[in-house]
Amino acid sequence: MSEILTIDNLWKSYDSEQVLCGISMSLKKGETKVLVGPSGSGKSTLLRCVNRLTAPDGGLVKLAGVEVGEGNVNEIRRRIGFVFQDFNLFLHLTAIENVYVAPVKIKRESKPVARRKAMALLDRVGLADKADAYPAQLSGGQQQRVSIARALSMEPEVMLFDEPTSALDPELTQEVVKVMSDLADDGMTMLVVSHEMGFARDAADEVLFMEKGVIVECGPPEKIFGRPDNVRTKAFLRLISEA
Amino acid sequence: MPSLITGNILYLIRGIGVSLEILLSLLVIGFVLGSLIAFAQVYGPNKWYVQGVLRVYDRVLRGVPILILLFTCYFGISGVINIPPMLAAILALGVRSSAYQAQIFRSALQSIPPGQLRAARALGFTQRGAITTFAIPIAFRYAIGPWTNEFSSELKATSLVYVIGVSELMDRANNIVSNAAGHILLVFGVTAFLYLFVNKIGNSLLYALERQIRFPGFEEVAR
Repeated sequence: MSEILTIDNLWKSYDSEQVLCGISMSLKKGETKVLVGPSGSGKSTLLRCVNRLTAPDGGLVKLAGVEVGEGNVNEIRRRIGFVFQDFNLFLHLTAIENVYVAPVKIKRESKPVARRKAMALLDRVGLADKADAYPAQLSGGQQQRVSIARALSMEPEVMLFDEPTSALDPELTQEVVKVMSDLADDGMTMLVVSHEMGFARDAADEVLFMEKGVIVECGPPEKIFGRPDNVRTKAFLRLISEA
Repeated sequence: MPSLITGNILYLIRGIGVSLEILLSLLVIGFVLGSLIAFAQVYGPNKWYVQGVLRVYDRVLRGVPILILLFTCYFGISGVINIPPMLAAILALGVRSSAYQAQIFRSALQSIPPGQLRAARALGFTQRGAITTFAIPIAFRYAIGPWTNEFSSELKATSLVYVIGVSELMDRANNIVSNAAGHILLVFGVTAFLYLFVNKIGNSLLYALERQIRFPGFEEVAR
C-alpha cells in the first residue's frame, strides 16, 4: 500500500526550546498510529505541524505525494481532519450546523444535501437525536463526538486526533474511544496522540513513543506495551498504567 | 402655560426628527469606520505605522471634548469649502463615534475564544472565510451590549450640535425658552422626556435583537 502521509525530518522550536528534533514517520492508507509520550515531548506540536496550524522550522510533510506549504495549506487542510483536545465546536451553531458548515461554505454544497450528509455523520457517532442541540447543551463526550463528525464532514483522507479524550471523565472517554475504534475499523487513516492504552491496543497498527522531540521507540502495540526495549519507554508506561 | 408646550409640540417633534437624522448618520459612519479600524487592529499588520496611527486616532478622538471637535470641524472646514452645519455635525460626531465603536468591536473580536478560529482554519477555511463565517457572528453578540450604550451616549451628544447652529431638538428647546422667559423647567422637562422616549425605544429594539441572537451557553453568568 502506498504512503498517504509522509513526515520527513521535521524540526520546530519555540524561542530557545527545541520541540521537534528531526521527526520522520509515515502513514499508509488505512493505518492507525498512536503517539504516546510525556507532556512536553512534542506530540501535539508534531500534529499541528502536519496541517501547519503551526509552521515547522524545517523538514517537510507530504499528503499523497504533495508537499504541504504556505501556498496550498487551505487545500491540504480540507483533506486532513483535525480533532482538538478541547473540542472547539462553534459555540453559536447547533450540532448539525457545526457538521455541515464547512461543506456548505468551503465546498459550496447545497444546504439540503450537506444537511443530509451531516445527519448521517451524527448518526454514525450516535448523536442524531442531538442534531439541534448547541454545544453548551452537550456533555464533553458528546461534544467531542460532534467534533469528530465535523472533521469527517470534509471527507478527509487522514484524521489527526490531538489528545481527544484527555479533557473527558473516564466514563465519557469510552464513548469517544468507541467512535474512534469504529473509524479505524472502517479503514480511516489516523494519527492519534492519546494515552488511551485500550484504544492503542485495539486499533493501532503501530505505537510510537516520543520524548524530547524524538521518536524513541516504535513498534506494534503488544511490543511497546508488553516488552519495550527502551528504559524511558518502560518508565513512562509504568507511570501511566499506575495513573 | 401648557399652551407654551402644545403650541410648540410639533416644532419640538420636528426637532427630534433632525436629532434622529444626525444620530443615525453618525452611527452609520462610526460603524463603518469603527469596524474597519477594529479589524485592522486585531487582524491587520503589526507595523508601527498602522497600529501607531490607529492608536493616535483613537486617543485624540476619545480624548478631545465634543465641542472642540464640532467647532474645529465646522469652522475649520467652512474656512476652506462651504459646509452646512448639519453635515459638519454628522462628520464630527461620526468620526468621534468611530473611535468608540472601534473599541467596542476590537474588544468583541478579542473576546472570541481562539479555539473557534483555530477550528475553522483546521477545516480549511481561509482567514477571510473564518472571520466572516465565525468571528463576525460571534463578535456581533459580544458587541451589541456595549453598542447599546454607545447608542445612548451619541443620542445625548447630538444635543450639543446646536452650538454650530443646527436646529435639532435642543436648539429648538433653547429657542422656546429664550422667547418665553420663566418656563425653563417646563420646557427642558418636556425636552428631557422626548430624549428619554427616543432612548427607551432604541434600547428596547437593541435589547430585543440581543435576545433574538442569544444562544445557549453564551455569556452565562455563574451565581
